[in-house]
Amino acid sequence: MAQGTNAPLKARLAAAALVAPLLLFLLGVFVLPIGAFLFRAVQEGEVAPVLPRTLAALSAWDGTAPPGEPAFAALVEDLREARARDQQAGGGGIARAAARLNADLPGFRSLLPMTARRVAQPFEGEARAAVLAISEEWGGIAPWGAIRRAGGPVSDFNLLAVLDLKRDATGSLATAPPDEAIFRAILWRTLWMGLLATLICLGVGYPLAWLIATAPPRAVPWLMAGVLLPFWTSLIVRTAAWMVLLQREGVVNAALGALQLTSGPLPLLFNRGAVLLAMVHILLPFMVLPIYASLKSLDWRLPRAAVSLGAAPALAFWRVTLPLSLPGVGAGCLLVFIQALGFYVTPALLGGANDQMLPYFVAFYASRTVNWGMAAALSCLILAAVAVILAVYGRLVGFSRMRAA
Amino acid sequence: MSAGPATPRIPARIAGREAPAAPVPPAAPPPAPPPTPARMRAPLKPGRILLWAFGVLAILFLLAPVLAVLPLSFSAGSFLHYPLPGLSLRWYADFWSSDFWLPALWNSLRVGAAAALLAGVLGTLAAFGLWRWRFPGQAVVMAVLLAPMVVPAIIVAVALLLAFGPLGLTSSFTGLILGHAALGAPFVVVTVLAALQQFDATQLRAAAACGASPVRAFWRVCLPQIAPGVAAGAVFAFATSLDEVAVALFIAGPAQRTLPRQMFSGLNDSISLTIMAAAMVLVLISGLMLLAVTLLRRPR
Repeated sequence: MAQGTNAPLKARLAAAALVAPLLLFLLGVFVLPIGAFLFRAVQEGEVAPVLPRTLAALSAWDGTAPPGEPAFAALVEDLREARARDQQAGGGGIARAAARLNADLPGFRSLLPMTARRVAQPFEGEARAAVLAISEEWGGIAPWGAIRRAGGPVSDFNLLAVLDLKRDATGSLATAPPDEAIFRAILWRTLWMGLLATLICLGVGYPLAWLIATAPPRAVPWLMAGVLLPFWTSLIVRTAAWMVLLQREGVVNAALGALQLTSGPLPLLFNRGAVLLAMVHILLPFMVLPIYASLKSLDWRLPRAAVSLGAAPALAFWRVTLPLSLPGVGAGCLLVFIQALGFYVTPALLGGANDQMLPYFVAFYASRTVNWGMAAALSCLILAAVAVILAVYGRLVGFSRMRAA
Repeated sequence: MSAGPATPRIPARIAGREAPAAPVPPAAPPPAPPPTPARMRAPLKPGRILLWAFGVLAILFLLAPVLAVLPLSFSAGSFLHYPLPGLSLRWYADFWSSDFWLPALWNSLRVGAAAALLAGVLGTLAAFGLWRWRFPGQAVVMAVLLAPMVVPAIIVAVALLLAFGPLGLTSSFTGLILGHAALGAPFVVVTVLAALQQFDATQLRAAAACGASPVRAFWRVCLPQIAPGVAAGAVFAFATSLDEVAVALFIAGPAQRTLPRQMFSGLNDSISLTIMAAAMVLVLISGLMLLAVTLLRRPR
């Protein structure tokens, strides 16, 4: 930076004026949209407008036994009003509330509209008896707990759901039933695939970077072109290439068949191996380039000194060269791992149903089921992982040393 | 030869170049030449051969998949394997004459150029401000400016879909350009900051002493010298836009389909060799961009 911290006010204002356009631009089209999207992970806006009296009646409920007559009476009143509103003005408030409650307690999608339809008819006597006559389910604790959890304005329902946790009617945590508990497995799969891709890239990338850094100057541009050409090639092109190579009637199977090495086409596509292969292929340059940069700027007299002082070459590498190149290794691993966590296109095209990672489910909830809450909660999970990695990197290597890489 | 655009590495690498008399200039032999590492390890001949074999295999792994499938686009048949039944340009003709491939290419180029322009202007101004004066909260500002590099595109895509919907910016070129400019801007900031590290700030003071206004000093003294860095940053922003699928998938309408977006649908659907022709077009554009950045980065 050209001037110190004591720059005059005028200079600081000038700096602010230059930085402000991009900062405001990014606030508008990046920070605020993402913030608003992530807030949907905790926002609860569907149930409260439909069942305000019920929620009020449940506010003092302890969740250990089914609620009493006032809650049932409030439910009847709420549903009558909501149904009248839906029929007059449209809007489908009951359907939206039912969809949200169904995410917590399967069956609610039909239970709530059905109950609303039936209680619209006038009846004699206690509301409780009338509602229980519509469905025995209302006699239990579960539906009332689900209503109270969704009462909002905010709840941890989605955030817990992506960790395979949910709250019961009393508010204590429990693991989700096995048929709903899929997200921990997806999280581990995402982290595991990212870790594998990073380790393979490191294992392949370090020797390659070493070769480029130590090759005769004549060979360097050619080796470098071998890394940079794929690096600049569009991700979708490289994914397409793997699809064409690996598919049933693709290049590899045709070649194997022509050489009579296999009796029939091998299922090479739509599995985890294909995804990992393409991920390593796409991410490898991100590992090679920082390691190469740190090896290139390394003072090679230091390992030579170690060798001349009697260290075996392997020891000199392990104790001198490798530690000196660690900033590059760290930067490479950071770049590869963070990008691996966000991979969407490649697994979507090359993977099977069981090979999809967190970003796929963000897209799934956003486009197929339009469940913004879950899409946002899964995004929070990815961003939390990214933040943890950045923090670990900042602790171990430091961002100022990254510049030196 | 200069290395590519990996993100945080750039400032440094160029920063290393800034002092030509640095103790260990990487490519050229230093004044008191320490033996090059290659020569240092000369006695380990077998290890060296092994390293070369490994490295060449790794580069083959990087290059081969794309090089192996591109010739399929010249096939006279419609199979996705070799041997080719004959050579023809029918898939390129298909690309040229179809209702969606060529428009998708134009959309990509237009959106990319507009996003690169927007990101280039905003990013260059911001980088100059960050470099010229230190101000409180600079680290936080920097973190915000670089954040689009670490946030997965799919999250940006869904967030923009939600935010742009009420504003009428979904299914519009404006929305797509704004989104792509946000994703590309950090690359401009990083590249221009790196270029500025080679620029001597006293020149600005000299310009001021000669009576130039700060704007004129920037325009006439600084900008011409950092122009290659600005151009390289704009190329990175263009490349980011040209490579981008997720945001285009979520916020572009049928009229804004970009080439990668069109390829994504094609691959999801049924692969025709027209996709390989489109891939060839993208590879050619990528090659041009690599060439441009290499020339821009060449030490003058």
